[in-house]
Amino acid sequence: MELTELKNIASQVRRDIVRMVHSCQSGHPGGSLGCTDVVVSLYFDIMKINEEKDETGFLKFSRKGENEDLFFLSNGHISPLFYSVLARRGYFSIDELSTFRKINSRLQGHPATHEHLPGIRVASGSLGQGLSVAAGTAYAKKLRKDDRQVFVLMGDGEQQEGQVWEAAQFAAHHELDNLIAIIDWNGQQIDGPTEKVMSNKDLKAKYEAFGWYTVVLANGNDMQLTVDALKDAKQKAGNDKPVLVLMKSDMGFGVDYMMGTHKWHGAAPNDEQLELALLQLPATFGDY
Amino acid sequence: MAALGKTNPNVVALCADLVASLKLDAFIKDNPQRFIQCGIAEANMIGVAAGLAIGGYIPFATTFANFGSGRVYDQIRQSVAYSNTNVKICVSHAGLTLGEDGATHQILEDLAMMRAMPEMTVINPCDFNQTKAATIAIADFEGPVYLRFGRPVVPVFSEADQKFEIGKAWMVNEGKDVSIFATGHLVWEAILAGEILEQVGIGAEIINLHTIKPLDEQSILQSVSKTKCAVTAEEHQLNGGLGDAVCQVLSRHLPSPVEMIGVNNSFGESGTPGLLMEKYGLNSRNIVHAVHKVLGRK
Repeated sequence: MELTELKNIASQVRRDIVRMVHSCQSGHPGGSLGCTDVVVSLYFDIMKINEEKDETGFLKFSRKGENEDLFFLSNGHISPLFYSVLARRGYFSIDELSTFRKINSRLQGHPATHEHLPGIRVASGSLGQGLSVAAGTAYAKKLRKDDRQVFVLMGDGEQQEGQVWEAAQFAAHHELDNLIAIIDWNGQQIDGPTEKVMSNKDLKAKYEAFGWYTVVLANGNDMQLTVDALKDAKQKAGNDKPVLVLMKSDMGFGVDYMMGTHKWHGAAPNDEQLELALLQLPATFGDY
Repeated sequence: MAALGKTNPNVVALCADLVASLKLDAFIKDNPQRFIQCGIAEANMIGVAAGLAIGGYIPFATTFANFGSGRVYDQIRQSVAYSNTNVKICVSHAGLTLGEDGATHQILEDLAMMRAMPEMTVINPCDFNQTKAATIAIADFEGPVYLRFGRPVVPVFSEADQKFEIGKAWMVNEGKDVSIFATGHLVWEAILAGEILEQVGIGAEIINLHTIKPLDEQSILQSVSKTKCAVTAEEHQLNGGLGDAVCQVLSRHLPSPVEMIGVNNSFGESGTPGLLMEKYGLNSRNIVHAVHKVLGRK
């Protein structure tokens, strides 16, 4: 897809994120805005998904995802981003975005399969589990000789969970070279800068020591660089090792007052702040 | 597992460095590509199993009960139960009869944990034959299952080619005076207790509740309607186990005197299975004593 088109989608998705979080006065805008470009790139450019539609005009969703590239969101708190992208990609109506975090909604605070929202394959929110699940599905694809790839997005704070390293070791040991993990390296977590809370030290060296290929994406909020890095990762895949994309990003990117701080990790804007944010984000495809 | 490996091409086995203990050798020999070694990393094993299930396989994640329940509760809760992935958690060496390894390995809380979890089916078969039948049955059942069994310290007494029906109790022995609801190894102790009771003219109805959840409420109510009292027996804490489950049914629908055999708010310790069962009050003599007590309360 053209770069301008991807950027336009990202702008609309960012509007959705801010409006959703404002509407229910809860949720996690910071990480959602920071990861918008990479998730938009995946769903609208990089991944091959089943384009067939059902009788209602939405994309047909199969949880198994045979012969499709798959995406897992491990840092489930950036659900507003995930939901907006899924709706904008055509899995369900964008009108449903208004139900986010409200009673009787399929758009739970953290992604869930329980309400059968198309596009979600596993629940996430309790951190550290997504890489294991993605590795399991990558393994299943290998067993079935399905040559599509499995992508998983994690947070950098999430790297503090021990299970992530169990999974990193598993994926390398079993040579899951169809697995591409992305770390949102925004350097922020709830209690402050990651370096202060619990330093990750050298993530690149750590993953390489575990037996992974790594790609450094210097700016995950530059659409061109993001697409290029994901293509690079796809090139590296298929060579006996899983691949990590270490993605530098700005938490809150796109809304100036939300950038460069952990304060908007899990806080909602008020009416005035919403207006201020929306002024910075063109409604390229129309609001829900 | 060896039998399943032959009949169901979607079954895959995972293990966390306990292949010999779980007796997976035959499955691995026949289906090397469908065995996934996970190393000593149980949390990851549960997540990988969920991922394999999403990919259309039927993963059997195996380890000791202690490491397949409490250690990975949150992984089971989010990636398996809440996500309703078709994962079979098959765990051995549950309870005191694990023996000499002691309390660190003797999980006695797992049934309570797994019972409390929505979407989870919980099975605790009584001997080798029933464990085999249950293992085969759960492969055909769609949804998360926790299958818990012990070390083989009891004789094999159930039928070799039994059909295992999830959620359907097995009437081991009919009787009119008292209902004994037992699960796991305690079914054998209940049978021994029944023989002792018979000698003094007490007819014990022995029911094997191999499925803790969903519980066969109908069989429980039918039996207690006749006998008017019950004893429960399990190799598990009294808190939250089979006894609590049976009492919940009876207190709602048919309040009746109940005595419970189980471990009373205590950890286990090292020792031979037999001596541990005796020390912690889990053998046939304890069941007989509980029957006399409950009969006095009728």
